[in-house]
Amino acid sequence: MSGHLLEVNDLAISFGTVGGGVQAVDGISFHLDRGETLAILGESGSGKSVSASAIMAILDCPPGRIARGSILFEGRDLLSLSESERRRLNGERIAMIFQDTLAHLNPVYSVGWQIAETLEAHKRMAAREARAKAVRLMESVGIPEPARRANDYPHQFSGGQRQRLMIAMAMALEPALLVADEPTTALDVTVQAQILDLLREARDRTGMGMLLITHDLGVVADIADRVAVMYQGRIVETGPVREVLGNPQHGYTQRLLSAVPGREPPPPRAPVADLPVFEARNLTKHFPITGGLFRRATGEVVRAVDGVSLTLHRGETLGVVGESGSGKSTLARMLLRLEEPTSGAILFEGKDVSSLGGPGLLSFRRRVQVVFQDPFASLDPRMRVAELIAEPWTIHKDVLPRPRWNARIAELLSLVGLQPEHAARYPHQFSGGQRQRIAIARALALEPEIIICDEAVSALDVSIQAQILALLDDLQRAMGLAYLFIAHDLPVVRQIADRVAVMQRGRIVEQGPCEEVFERPQHPYTRALLAASPVPDPDAQAARRKARRELAGA
Amino acid sequence: MGSFIARRSLQSLVALAGLIVLVFFAARLTGSPADLYLPIDASVEARQEFNEKHGFNDPLTEQFGRFLADLARFDLGHSIRKDRPALEVVLEAIPTTLALAAVTMTLAVAGAILVGSLAARRPGGAVDRLGSTLSLAAASAPDFWVAISAILLFAVALGWLPTSGMGTFWHWIMPVGVLLIRPFGILVQVVRGSMLGALAAPYVKTARAKGIGERAVVFVHALRNGLLPVITVAGDQAAGIVNGAVIVETIFGWPGIGKLMIDSIIQRDFAVIQASILVTAAIIFAMNIVIDLAYGLLDPRVRHA
Amino acid sequence: MASASLPGAARGLGARRWLAMLARDPLACLAALFLLLLVAAALLGPALIPESAGRMNLRLRNAPPFELANGWLYVLGADTLGRSMLARLIEASRSTLMVASAAVALSFLIGGTLGVLAGYARGWGATLILRMADVLMSFPSLLLAVVVLYTFSPSIANIVVVLAVTRLPVYIRTARAEILELRERMFVSAARVMGAGPVRTALRHVVPFVLPTLLTLAAVDFAYVMLAESALSFLGIGIQPPDVTWGLMVAQGRGYLASAWWLAFFPGLFIMLTTLSLNLLASWLRVAADPQQRWRLEPGGKAGDAP
Repeated sequence: MSGHLLEVNDLAISFGTVGGGVQAVDGISFHLDRGETLAILGESGSGKSVSASAIMAILDCPPGRIARGSILFEGRDLLSLSESERRRLNGERIAMIFQDTLAHLNPVYSVGWQIAETLEAHKRMAAREARAKAVRLMESVGIPEPARRANDYPHQFSGGQRQRLMIAMAMALEPALLVADEPTTALDVTVQAQILDLLREARDRTGMGMLLITHDLGVVADIADRVAVMYQGRIVETGPVREVLGNPQHGYTQRLLSAVPGREPPPPRAPVADLPVFEARNLTKHFPITGGLFRRATGEVVRAVDGVSLTLHRGETLGVVGESGSGKSTLARMLLRLEEPTSGAILFEGKDVSSLGGPGLLSFRRRVQVVFQDPFASLDPRMRVAELIAEPWTIHKDVLPRPRWNARIAELLSLVGLQPEHAARYPHQFSGGQRQRIAIARALALEPEIIICDEAVSALDVSIQAQILALLDDLQRAMGLAYLFIAHDLPVVRQIADRVAVMQRGRIVEQGPCEEVFERPQHPYTRALLAASPVPDPDAQAARRKARRELAGA
Repeated sequence: MGSFIARRSLQSLVALAGLIVLVFFAARLTGSPADLYLPIDASVEARQEFNEKHGFNDPLTEQFGRFLADLARFDLGHSIRKDRPALEVVLEAIPTTLALAAVTMTLAVAGAILVGSLAARRPGGAVDRLGSTLSLAAASAPDFWVAISAILLFAVALGWLPTSGMGTFWHWIMPVGVLLIRPFGILVQVVRGSMLGALAAPYVKTARAKGIGERAVVFVHALRNGLLPVITVAGDQAAGIVNGAVIVETIFGWPGIGKLMIDSIIQRDFAVIQASILVTAAIIFAMNIVIDLAYGLLDPRVRHA
Repeated sequence: MASASLPGAARGLGARRWLAMLARDPLACLAALFLLLLVAAALLGPALIPESAGRMNLRLRNAPPFELANGWLYVLGADTLGRSMLARLIEASRSTLMVASAAVALSFLIGGTLGVLAGYARGWGATLILRMADVLMSFPSLLLAVVVLYTFSPSIANIVVVLAVTRLPVYIRTARAEILELRERMFVSAARVMGAGPVRTALRHVVPFVLPTLLTLAAVDFAYVMLAESALSFLGIGIQPPDVTWGLMVAQGRGYLASAWWLAFFPGLFIMLTTLSLNLLASWLRVAADPQQRWRLEPGGKAGDAP
């Protein structure tokens, strides 16, 4: 008998595929005590979520298989329990919250019912009593008007509220252990901070142990006591958060920490020529709301972008930061002329882009390119890399004579850090980071002057993100490119941008040189955003938390 | 949701109006009823008198106007063949078809949910492979051929079941059995597919993490989501029986609306053709709307759209 | 295209890979074999069996099947006029398959095109196409067929048109739904940013994704249309003698159920086998065309493709 709440010994999980087994988790051991938070930190494919599934007994078997090891919970080996014994522990003694809350809550049952279900299943509580308790739980996690909203369905709540509901459901019976699988990953930073506060409060109130699965060093620094770093199915380093983040021993942890954007002040940048090439004047995009029998416009509109003005100079990087729904992607689509503005003007070298047609538009297209967020979606899966990169030349026939295509493809691939042999492969044969390199190579094929990066590194792991940012920086220096860099992640923008514009609800609330905006933010929203954005330093995080509370109290 | 139903109803009314016009004129293009209802050597005067009596001498537009005016008073004309109000004839036949459809669909849906869910529990397992192949075969079967093969076997060779008519329990077995095959086969495939998706959904993981028993996970959490596509297909199939039981009704001499319609077309009993098509179409449209409502009832996302 | 300058294997999935995937599914393999045989018989039948199909032989009236005494032509028996069942079945297969393929081809081409247009166009054109599809969809299709065929005399051309029209909405809706989803895909936006016009994006990036879905639909629909044609012929408002289809043969044999069961049984069996083969092949195609499920049909998975 050990005194630990949870003790995992030499756990190994393999996935059977047609071609043989893949060792997803390769003999990991760790423990967790009551009242403590252990973060399992790892990038995609490290095996961290699979481990959590094994603890919860929700691993898909087959193809998953627990090859060896034990999972002791309060001294009992969970792996030796029968299915029904195991099921009784779930929800009552061990609970879990997930990342994608829209998919993880049942879409066809009301949230009140789903919370009450846990109570009824374990406590044989009467329906009415369970229902009243569910409403109280919803109130305790900060859902306004809980009695009315208990009848609503998951899709009627925001992402942050859904995570609150998930927490209410998990905390219903005050479990001894909470497994939180990337609980804040898809959320905006301001919401993320609130959810972490809520989890901290629940942990301190009930004295439960919390196992936090995450890829985010900032989250680890904010809430964890100890951290275990996972890499390729193994735990490479474990210890108190301050030690591991402050003085990493293992090479992987060191690489991970050095990859975090905005840790060191960005390198000094060459002064930018004062030549505006791209300009938006009072740009507005309204989407009409339709309704009624004939789907007529109701006269009301959604103001996705509401009077945005900005300029982009030759060779500079302008960062646009904003949370979801701030209108930053709509802005990008208008600047790319994928969407027509409701009003306002876009000037490219002084000419109005919306009046361009035929040859004028083609030349605009040639000089302004894009890199989208999702490298899985932005490459046509049916085309080989060579075809993908050559496609711009089949459209703009005068750029490059056909005999030189193959040589240029090889050149571009080397330029973005891939091999010339990769030209014959299909996109699905590459990793996310490699695909983003292909997308950059394609954008470069036309030798553009401006590249609009719409959340271009948001879907990537931190270490890959750092590589792509470095690549973009190199290319800019070598070719004099101008970037319009759109992102929700402030440190990333700080690392790459010269100037930054902060967007909120379709408007730019603050705009200026990067250093000024980050060091001396003027607008309250910018300040809130900065205060909520986590850094991988527990002491700095504690200070920020305090500052945030003061900001909220003020 | 409300405006969606309203829009669907409006659409159905437009389709119904189109159908009325089409049927009215198409029926009259098939030839003169006088050829069928009078002796071949009937005099010109007799024909004239017959046509006069039934109003077939008036210009088509005038006949159509009269038809519409009568329609507004729910008068669907007079059956020449039976010498009774057409609507009465139709309303007599409708319940027998609806009963057949109700029994068939109840059995098909219940059976398909059971077989499909079991197959989806263990994809690639014995139940799945057997169920999938058999349901494909069932979905491919030509009903008229199955019907006469069944008569050959159970009525002619074995003498167990009556060949036609209705009345006893035994009369129901072959018509229901034959009508059942295709909807059952199609529904098993749909249930299997959608349950496979539902059981792999993240909310099923959540339910297991909450400690809900496996039976409730499958039949409370997964099934309600898995049923959504099933409703649509089941509705289509039910509509198919109401307007397509023609074959089974003809073969088994079931006095339903399908048989009535074919007989009336062959006998140029215009009023009954019009009335029966109108009534079946109205029933099908009503069923479609009920299906939309059921969909909204099961899926709150549709309700709030 | 750049592919012209690339060495190596054929684009996309090579024919050999498709065959290998087919071989992994024995039922689909059998189905494909049966369909091949059927098409070959329908095409070459007249050359193999000259005039015997129409020849009456009163000595062999209602000759029972499975007896080789009268030669292999009579292995499936003979009909009421002493004609070889086998020869009749092959003759009927020609019109059966022709009517179904013509109807499917017509609804595939027209419905697919209208669907693509409705997915791409905005404004009243798209609305008109969709409303038309909705109205057609809520029409009781068999009633429509019965009325139209009874009015306009049941010729082959009319049957094809009626069957094609009733199936149109399925293609329109499927194609449109796919297009709506595809045109929002990032790689389509990326192509537009490169300067690709609407025709290029449609042909290069959108339609190739819709085709497999529509082809699978067409295979299932072929079975559906065949059943519908046989049902109409069975009711006497489909194909008219002297033309003959399997459905009509079942109808003609119905009167002899007690004395010569094979007259109605064999043609029905062929309808069933053909539709079953089509459905089996379609369900295989659904798996084979889906990159997420394709591994089920591949030996050993893709070791070199690890992300």
